[in-house]
Amino acid sequence: MRHHLVLRVVSKILIPFIILYGLYVQFHGDFSPGGGFQAGVIVAAAIILYALIFGIERARQVFKPEVLLVFAPLGVMIFALVGYAALALGGNYLDYDWLVANDTAGQHIGIITVEFGVGLTVAAVMTLIFLAYAGRTRDIDDEDW
Amino acid sequence: MELLINVVLLGLLGITAIAILTTRHLFVATMLAGGYSLTSAALLVNLDAVDVAFTEAAVGAGISTVLMLGTLTLTRRREKVKKDFRWSPFLVVLATGALLVYGTVDMPAFGDPNAPALQHIVPEYIAGTRDDIQIPNIVTAVLASYRGYDTLGETAVIFTAGVGVLLLLGRRREEDEEAGTRRPERDA
Repeated sequence: MRHHLVLRVVSKILIPFIILYGLYVQFHGDFSPGGGFQAGVIVAAAIILYALIFGIERARQVFKPEVLLVFAPLGVMIFALVGYAALALGGNYLDYDWLVANDTAGQHIGIITVEFGVGLTVAAVMTLIFLAYAGRTRDIDDEDW
Repeated sequence: MELLINVVLLGLLGITAIAILTTRHLFVATMLAGGYSLTSAALLVNLDAVDVAFTEAAVGAGISTVLMLGTLTLTRRREKVKKDFRWSPFLVVLATGALLVYGTVDMPAFGDPNAPALQHIVPEYIAGTRDDIQIPNIVTAVLASYRGYDTLGETAVIFTAGVGVLLLLGRRREEDEEAGTRRPERDA
């Protein structure tokens, strides 16, 4: 859909704000609705919009599948490692109280870290699934719609 | 006012569902399904479940619609017309629906503070979020801290789903063609 001027211009303006909103939902999840999962899908939606407008090949160059393939397990590992960190510091698995000296601060650090892990995995997996689907079809011609 | 909004949104959902059922054009059905998700998201906002509404809007209306469209490019645009009407599946659906509606009769009213689900451990979570965790969003506190195991499992499930899809579809068309494993394309 590269030659659709209106779509291209509008999405060019929108995509940075969608990603910014995703980051807001990610890191403000303690204070307002949202969290890692929501942030991940919002960021993935922005990437998918980019791929729809500017073509799959260009999206693959910007958001490299090889990098996403690292991010997807990395998110799960961050989550799991926070659990092990709590275990190593003397608490139960995923008991964030033990992460630092202050229980409440430990909870804050633990929550924001695991939410970041969730967001990373969700964004990477959703984008990878989309790219896998989109890789099966050639770019869609306008007549097809 | 809230009741009116709920009735209107629920009516819209019903109309969209019937439209999806009756249309034979799969592109139309996909777009209507996206609209259905967006209406559900509005309904969830009205029920104060903003977190769920977020997810519904982004996944239901956004990503899954795009994935369905991607699937549509690989298949036909029209559903095969089936003339014969079969009674047994219809009766099963009707009976299941009736049972589900019957089940809701026993459910506590929406937002009832005396509901059993709110009596068990919820007061502890609410007090704990206020005193121990000290963040305003109880949903995040429950998801990430009190139910951290569940969320870790869910993240692993998403990761596994991604791995599964990539194993099935991860190879790109060009690579398949180079390997000669892909059959020549049929024009639908």
